[in-house]
Amino acid sequence: MTTVAPNIPAPRSPRRLRGRTNTELYSWLFMRASGMLLLILVFTHLFVNLMTGDGINALDFAFVAGKWADPLWQVWDLMMLWLAMIHGTNGLRTVINDYAERDQLRMWLKVGLYTATTITVVLGTLVIFTFDPCPPDAAADLLPSFCQAP
Amino acid sequence: MPKAPAGTLYRGREGMWSWVAHRVTGVGIFFFLFAHILDTALVRVSPEAYNEVIATYKNPIVGLMEVGLVGAVVFHAFNGLRIVLVDFWSKGPRYQRHMFVAVGVLWVVLMVPFVIRHLSHVFGG
Repeated sequence: MTTVAPNIPAPRSPRRLRGRTNTELYSWLFMRASGMLLLILVFTHLFVNLMTGDGINALDFAFVAGKWADPLWQVWDLMMLWLAMIHGTNGLRTVINDYAERDQLRMWLKVGLYTATTITVVLGTLVIFTFDPCPPDAAADLLPSFCQAP
Repeated sequence: MPKAPAGTLYRGREGMWSWVAHRVTGVGIFFFLFAHILDTALVRVSPEAYNEVIATYKNPIVGLMEVGLVGAVVFHAFNGLRIVLVDFWSKGPRYQRHMFVAVGVLWVVLMVPFVIRHLSHVFGG
C-alpha cells in the first residue's frame, strides 16, 4: 500500500519580512530614553518653580523673564518642550491606535494630533528665543529688576 | 479585526492597574501641557497679558488641581522608571510588583513635603 504525500504548498516569504521597518522599535526606545531625561528635567522644573522662594505665588512675567535671561533655562525649557511634546504625542498615538477602531477616525485623530503638536512646538520654540524680557512699552513694575528704566 | 468572542487579556492586579494609571496620567499631563505652553506663550504678547491669565490660576481650586497634576507627574515618572527596569533589567519582570510598591512609597515621600509647601503657598497667600 502506498501513501500519498499530502499536498503542502511551498512556503511563501512571510509578510512581515517584506518592507519591514524598525519604526516601532525606535518609538519604544525613544519613550524610555526621553522618559528618563524628562524625569530629571521636569522634577527640577517643578522644584525650582514650586518649592523654592515663594513657590507658585512668585510666578509672573518678571519671574519667567528672569529665568530666560539665563541661556541655561532657555535650553532647559526648550529640551522639555521638545521631549515632552514628542513623548506625549507618541503616547497619544499609541492610545489612538489602541482604541479608535475605524480606519478613517483613527487617521483623522492622528492628523489632528500631529497638527496640534507641530503648531505648539513651533510656537513654544519661537517664544523662548524671540521674547523680549524688557518690552519698551511695558510698565516698569511688571518687569524683571535688570531692566533699566528708559 | 473582530473582538475576541470570550475571555479577556486583562489580568487585573498591579500589572494591569499600573498600566491603566500610566495611560490616564499620561493623557492628562499631555492635555495640561498644551494649555501650559499656550499660556506661557503669552509672555511674547505682553507682561500684562501673561500676568492677567496667571492671576486667574491663583485661587484654591486651581491650587488643588496643581496638587493633582504634580501627583500625576510624579506617579508617571516613577512608574516609567519601573517600566524601563521591567524592560531592561533581567530581574525586572520578577520584581515588577515590588517595584510597584516602591513607586507608591516614593510617591508618598515626595508628595508629602510638596503638598505641605504648595498648599501653604496657596492658602497662606
